Amino acid sequence: MEPNQIAESLKGEFTGEVVAVKEFRGQTGITLKKDRLLDIARRLHDAPEFSFDFLRDICGVDFKKIKTPRFEVVYNLYSMTHRHALRLNVQVEIKEFVPSVTSVWKTADWHERECFDMFGIVFDGHPDLRRILMPEDWAGHPMRKDYPVAGHEDEEWPGFRDVLKKAEDFKKFGWYK
Amino acid sequence: MLIDSTLGLVDVEEGIKVIPGANTIITTLDKFINWGRESSLWPVTFGLACCAIEMMACGSSHYDLDRLGIIFRGSPRQADCMIVAGTVTKKMAPVVRKVYDQLPEPRYVIAMGSCACSGNVYRSYSVVQGCDTFLPVDVYVPGCPPRPEALYDGIIRLQEIISKERMRWSPIR
Repeated sequence: MEPNQIAESLKGEFTGEVVAVKEFRGQTGITLKKDRLLDIARRLHDAPEFSFDFLRDICGVDFKKIKTPRFEVVYNLYSMTHRHALRLNVQVEIKEFVPSVTSVWKTADWHERECFDMFGIVFDGHPDLRRILMPEDWAGHPMRKDYPVAGHEDEEWPGFRDVLKKAEDFKKFGWYK
Repeated sequence: MLIDSTLGLVDVEEGIKVIPGANTIITTLDKFINWGRESSLWPVTFGLACCAIEMMACGSSHYDLDRLGIIFRGSPRQADCMIVAGTVTKKMAPVVRKVYDQLPEPRYVIAMGSCACSGNVYRSYSVVQGCDTFLPVDVYVPGCPPRPEALYDGIIRLQEIISKERMRWSPIR
């Protein structure tokens, strides 16, 4: 099935959920509202004509000052049987929940954790929503546009100061020319 | 065989003399030890990012680091030098330091690539701004990534540094 046909059939099936369909260089992206995402994901996964059995990636996008809603969660889907791909862009405002798709694709677990870690998007129904890359006590979400690129002045990676101190302490045992 | 005392000592190189006919070389301990060290630098394989690919290219047959006596070792305890190849993140820094601490003396560090030298463009919350913040770096090889020839140049510079060391074998500093 061609991706734009899938988009059309989704449009007919879930009226009002599909915001826009974009096509760029042969790739189709469907912008969705977040409320019925789980139904759509379940349908795309289970229906034999779609059979999207592989969730390639989940990423987040921050559209601060560009458009509202501010965030988008992007799901890259692929079907091993039919060899077709589809992209779902799910719109989400700050402090809103996105339904977790871990019940549909098991691999969404860590991807959603990463998305939560970097963007602070909360996935409703996720079994274990903790930070995955950053330390657990880190404040803020680094990939947001309002996060300073060099990090906050007063906050340092835990353990890094110890390394600097160790290097300073061990200098006296080093060799000098 | 008797030594022909009329010939005396023959200079072959600065600081190296040969007794003709006696099969004997006279030199300083410094020169002898440094020659041994610089001719068999064994770096520990420690790739962190894309620079590691260039480092591997140096080690493999086309560029062939073996001809400088360089063999990559899998364990820091068997190695003399460490090539920090790639971006050092703050998460990775304690590990890099741990590997360095396990190297036996005398040990040397080559910072390979712009990231290891200065952090490159990554003025970021998660990237160390140059591995010299927590390691004593001997040679910096800039480039993103540096070509194998550049790493060669860095290694040859390190050999020059080693050849100029004095009394590093001694417990007296």
